[in-house]
Amino acid sequence: MIVKRDKLTFWERLYLPALVGGFQVTWRHFSRTLFRGKAVTMEYPEQKWVVPPGYRGAPYLVKDQEDRTKCVSCQLCEFVCPPKAIRITPPGPTGAPGSGNVEKGPKEFEINMLRCIFCGFCQEVCPEEAIFLMKDYSLTGTNRQEMIYNKEKLLSLGGIHQDKIQKWKHKADEAKAQDVFPVPPAK
Amino acid sequence: MHLPPLISLAAWLPDLGHDGNFALLSLIKIVGVVAVLLTMVAYAVLVERKVSAFIQDRVGPNRVALPLIGNIPVLGPFLTRLGIWQPIADGVKSFLKEDFTPNHVRKIYFWLAPAVTMIPAFLTVAVIPFGSNLNGEKMVLADLDVGILYTFGIVSLGVYGIVLAGYAANSKYPFLGGIRSSAQMISYEIAMGLSVIPVFMLVGNLNLSSVISYQADGNWIVFRQPIAFLVFLVAAFAETNRLPFDMPESETELVGGYNTEYSSMKFALFFMGEYANMITSSAMMVTLFWGGWTLPFGGFSEPATTLAGGLAHIGIFLGKVIVFMVFFIWVRWMLPRFRYDQLMDLGWRRFLPLTLANLFVTAVIMWLQAH
Repeated sequence: MIVKRDKLTFWERLYLPALVGGFQVTWRHFSRTLFRGKAVTMEYPEQKWVVPPGYRGAPYLVKDQEDRTKCVSCQLCEFVCPPKAIRITPPGPTGAPGSGNVEKGPKEFEINMLRCIFCGFCQEVCPEEAIFLMKDYSLTGTNRQEMIYNKEKLLSLGGIHQDKIQKWKHKADEAKAQDVFPVPPAK
Repeated sequence: MHLPPLISLAAWLPDLGHDGNFALLSLIKIVGVVAVLLTMVAYAVLVERKVSAFIQDRVGPNRVALPLIGNIPVLGPFLTRLGIWQPIADGVKSFLKEDFTPNHVRKIYFWLAPAVTMIPAFLTVAVIPFGSNLNGEKMVLADLDVGILYTFGIVSLGVYGIVLAGYAANSKYPFLGGIRSSAQMISYEIAMGLSVIPVFMLVGNLNLSSVISYQADGNWIVFRQPIAFLVFLVAAFAETNRLPFDMPESETELVGGYNTEYSSMKFALFFMGEYANMITSSAMMVTLFWGGWTLPFGGFSEPATTLAGGLAHIGIFLGKVIVFMVFFIWVRWMLPRFRYDQLMDLGWRRFLPLTLANLFVTAVIMWLQAH
């Protein structure tokens, strides 16, 4: 393709308009940054980026409103995890005493944040809505061991999930209702 | 305030004789000039980084803090924001980095090239009068009668460092950088040399001190010879390899050009050489066209008789040099790079005839005035 180029006028060939234009642009930016503090730089440790909704940050475990671990050690996330960053130790046949109705809560749940690729498959695959990718994007540690987050750390970082369904609460109510005799007549 | 000359201050020293005193004073002056020059180089780099940051809407270096000074309230954080300590960190970094010599380079030239770039930049300062006099001592390292010839001779050597670096590196990008540098040199240097001839026709000799005394009382040559100044200015950009004529370096095309294979202190020498060259070019322009250490008002046009006056003259000179330095830096972030055929076209087909015409017209006018 041949690009047609206009012949430069004498005035343009003098190179002066380009100089003036260049100076105007650079001066505008210079004065705006220096005198009015309009630098676009975000000075990181002091100022932090606010992530948009839907951002896939670090995956953390959550508890429900009644302070129960939502995870039931089904290990789907462990199997789906592409880089194999998750390792779950199930509670075994004895179950996990003191975990309320959710007797299948994991004995240990580890995520290696150095392996994690923040793909969000764990969140997607979880049938219990127990793991979520949160907004943390700056995970730091001084050694590799420190970057393997255990259950307690994941739970404390994850906080409480405001669950609308509250599946286990309803299960408990239903179980209680079955203990009541005579069974109330169906409405 | 008139202090006794420095020679009598040193009276308690064993009598050095005339030559000894001259050597001692020259040594003191050399140490002073080199110290000021190196400091200016370091801080020119900082100014470059800050100005470029502001032009590009960034904040620039603002993190390096010294342990004690940084703790002073208000002042410490302010200086840190300014990046005042950044040159120290840069210098320490250059010394601590690994000085890597690739296996494929031509070792001798590889080691020689940074020095060959650096030395001419420093040698040129020797003939520039950077002040009138201090304690009765002329503020110029060597008051040569062939000042400008010396300068051009030395300045031309500077390009050998780059060509040598391009050859020594034994790889394609530095080689292209070296080729461009040599092509660039022959195209601007003739125009540069011809542009200053009218200046010396006006002054009558080649001594830079007499160029300055000719310009006393605001009779600055830039007003007599604006075309010569413009050509010299453009050629100075080409000589110092600054944008818009940084073809030997062109980071975007040649991954750094002639200095691609260099690291650590050798790279730092190239870097310092570039900035030292800018400073000497600025000093040359100030001396040749902008009155050197003189100012047309405030009684600064005659050589100083007092210590304060002498210091003021040095300050005026440095101030003018700094203005040019900022100009150099600003232009780098303002203009895109020329192609190197465009530079050669500019040098051979525009500036050469222009300077010749300028020379001729000046000669004719001077002849008419004389008759």
